[in-house]
Amino acid sequence: MRRWLGPALVAPAFAYIALLVGLPVVLSLYLSVSDARVGSDTTRFVGLANFAGALQTPSFRGALIHSFLFTVISQALVIAGATLLALSLKEAFRGRGLVRLLVLLPWVAPISLGALGWKWLLDSLYSVVNWMLAAAGLVDPMNPPMWLGEPRLAMLSVILVHTWRTLPFATVILLAGLTSIPRDIPEAAAVDGGGFWRTHFTITLPMIRPIVLVALLFGVVFTFTDMTAVYILTRGGPADATQVLPSLAFFTGILGGDLSGGAAISLFLFPMLLLGAIVLLRIARRSEVT
Amino acid sequence: MAIVATRALTKRFGAGENAVDGVDIESRDGEFLVLLGPSGSGKTTVLRMIAGLEDPTSGEVWIGGRMVNAMTPRERGIAMVFQSYALYPHLTVYDNIAFPLKAQGVPRSEHEAKIGWAAEKFGIVRLLERKPRELSGGERQRVALARALVREPQVFLLDEPLSNLDAKLRASAREELQKFQKELGTTAVYVTHDQVEAMALGDRVVIMDHGRVRQVGTPAEVYDDPADTFVATFLGSPPMNLLERDGILLGFRPEHVRAGSAAEGAVGFRFRCELTEYLGSEQLAYGTLQDAAWAGREVVWRFPSWDPAPAEGSVQDVYVERARLRYFDSSTGLRRPAP
Amino acid sequence: MRRGPARLVLRLIVVVFALALSFPFYWMALTSFKRTSDLYDLKNNPLLFNDPPTLEHWRFLFAETLYPRWLANTMLVGLAVVAITLLLAVPAAYGLARLTGRWGERAGIGMFLMYLVPPTLLFIPMSRLVAILHLQDSLWSLILIYPTFTVPFATWLLMGFFKSIPRDLEDAAMVDGLSRFSAFLRVIVPVSFSGLVTVSIFAFTLVLQEFVYALTFLSSVSKQTVGVGVPIFLIRGDVFYWGELMAACLVACIPVAIVYNIFLDRLIQGFTVGAVK
Repeated sequence: MRRWLGPALVAPAFAYIALLVGLPVVLSLYLSVSDARVGSDTTRFVGLANFAGALQTPSFRGALIHSFLFTVISQALVIAGATLLALSLKEAFRGRGLVRLLVLLPWVAPISLGALGWKWLLDSLYSVVNWMLAAAGLVDPMNPPMWLGEPRLAMLSVILVHTWRTLPFATVILLAGLTSIPRDIPEAAAVDGGGFWRTHFTITLPMIRPIVLVALLFGVVFTFTDMTAVYILTRGGPADATQVLPSLAFFTGILGGDLSGGAAISLFLFPMLLLGAIVLLRIARRSEVT
Repeated sequence: MAIVATRALTKRFGAGENAVDGVDIESRDGEFLVLLGPSGSGKTTVLRMIAGLEDPTSGEVWIGGRMVNAMTPRERGIAMVFQSYALYPHLTVYDNIAFPLKAQGVPRSEHEAKIGWAAEKFGIVRLLERKPRELSGGERQRVALARALVREPQVFLLDEPLSNLDAKLRASAREELQKFQKELGTTAVYVTHDQVEAMALGDRVVIMDHGRVRQVGTPAEVYDDPADTFVATFLGSPPMNLLERDGILLGFRPEHVRAGSAAEGAVGFRFRCELTEYLGSEQLAYGTLQDAAWAGREVVWRFPSWDPAPAEGSVQDVYVERARLRYFDSSTGLRRPAP
Repeated sequence: MRRGPARLVLRLIVVVFALALSFPFYWMALTSFKRTSDLYDLKNNPLLFNDPPTLEHWRFLFAETLYPRWLANTMLVGLAVVAITLLLAVPAAYGLARLTGRWGERAGIGMFLMYLVPPTLLFIPMSRLVAILHLQDSLWSLILIYPTFTVPFATWLLMGFFKSIPRDLEDAAMVDGLSRFSAFLRVIVPVSFSGLVTVSIFAFTLVLQEFVYALTFLSSVSKQTVGVGVPIFLIRGDVFYWGELMAACLVACIPVAIVYNIFLDRLIQGFTVGAVK
């Protein structure tokens, strides 16, 4: 009775996923080595032409660089910020519940709506950020920064929105890790003479290293594969300055109708995921810290 | 001069009763002082207040002649061994022991010598490169001790360090601990709920219950001369027999019951045996007294395994020497002189 | 304990972060209640109400746009997807938590990895698939496709919850004569009820937050979900009517935030039991 029950319970879910994820993956591979277009019924095998073609396009090369740049910078900021915030939230204090609610908002809100909010915050004419900076005397009110219109600033804005969005998630994960440390370890460290910084940097933070890696992994995957923030804020502009791989794939494949080109572009996301999967498995293997 | 003392030490958590209620303790220099009591008696809280891990609600803690209430644990010159050992799991044994040295700013060049010395003392030199998860319970305990030792503290504080070891290991670990403390001569304050441990290790024992100190004395003093019924029944297994009559409790220990009729200077009873237990090293007989004055009172009798055991249901004469009798007031539980 | 200055610094950090992270939402709220004349007057201090607040944007949003329709669409899709998710994930999670040994571990991690497969990798072939099934521009396309990420997530979470229930409970029930299935229904389900509620809530928020598939598969204005409708279709001509837009955002964000906050601890519990163990 038992032997078949386990697999039987698990089968429907796996079958569903295998079908609706596996099939598209296979289809994606097929599309990327063919010349499919929306509206045409015939497709021919073209080998690696799509991939080669993509690599030669400046907008693709730019998108590749941007994807890495945005991800690395935003996640570095996230880990630093989340660590600081998690350490600060560890001890209970009055109003911590409210603080947690506020801190979580960026993560909970649908990405598109949060990004829309930022679009308004960074509006070329009415940006409240610019108003506050001007009031503080940091910018010229006659010539305010074009957060979404000037290439460098647009990149910064996208990085900022990504950081803003994933920080709460990382904080929550890190906080969970910190609170899972048994109470007597930091007490022993206190008795042994460790001050605040020494205890945290040499004892508690290293102890939650696996959890930090998990948070980082999620943040990296979410940011690298996200097209929403870019789409809403800048549509990839100005002049492809903020284009990233997923958004380029969207413009090429869906709006542009070049299914195989789009598929080829999205497949470049795959190595990233593979890396992520390997890292996660490594962590799962040697995560025992007790 | 590393004497540990508390004066009217009190701790209240929230709006409830005092967990620690006006505790006055004073250790002697180099003494192994045991805080003994059931769980909830406040003994661990007292230890933590001495360590500086909890702030007292009121009262003072003195270490080595200074009042340390305002000092952090680090400044108090203490070392602590936790019940769970609290070893840093991601560091090797070597680095675990090195941590206090680093934290105190001891120069790197001196680390190896000191760590070597501490490891030597506990026989863990060959374990220095291992991580805590690779060690057995007994080995972890010794690492915790080495880590405490390496700081050369004024006082050792130990929170039930043997309770996580299995029974067989506990006895040998206890012996080692005792030898080590005697050799070192550093004052140690040790918390336990195990009275056997307390009696074996302590130079003096502080017996606590519900946040208050019931009695302080050498093992012999608290065993033979209990200050109240709590101490009398907490120590000794099985506990002291207590018979009540006219507002007075008469007490005597199971091992002081003898078979036979009472001579001059002894008190006799008629004992009806209900049940006997053979424990290998000794035997126990559970029964009731048949005397008119003590009818139906339950009594436990402890005698060597080579003596014949009374038959179940049999009635015989037993006696207890007067010198062994203890009297307590039945309403307060306090010791009183013989009536 | 006694760490005066350090503690103050930490408090300060918390305040700064909390303000910075939540400011956009405060700004959304402010914008949605400000009169248009106030909003677009560059001479005004934007952080204050220079004219009295108004409910005009809110009225417009609900009375004269398709927003309520989009809310309904989103609710429909959400409920349907949660139902499908529970149907698939509960048995799978139970199976993985209880009955399969070493393969269970691997399958569990495999399931978890499925969650990391991003929509932006799959959406192009998916759009083909949707076209073939004649589901383009239909909410059913979303109902079909969304479980591909809600089910892995839910299975992972539920695995954590089920694992934390001691085996002895079902064993005792089975010794008492129940079949495994009844033991599951009568014992496990009630005990893990709050876990099931938590998973449902989070699956719903995943649906609410989704953008890529909704953007790709749906085209009619009336069929949109909130996540896509608001930033793309709630625009008259080429002009962004920020008052309405921000009101629309708030409605979608705040209730979710409140509910999320209430259930967060259970989420963490389920997540960490599964992830780093």
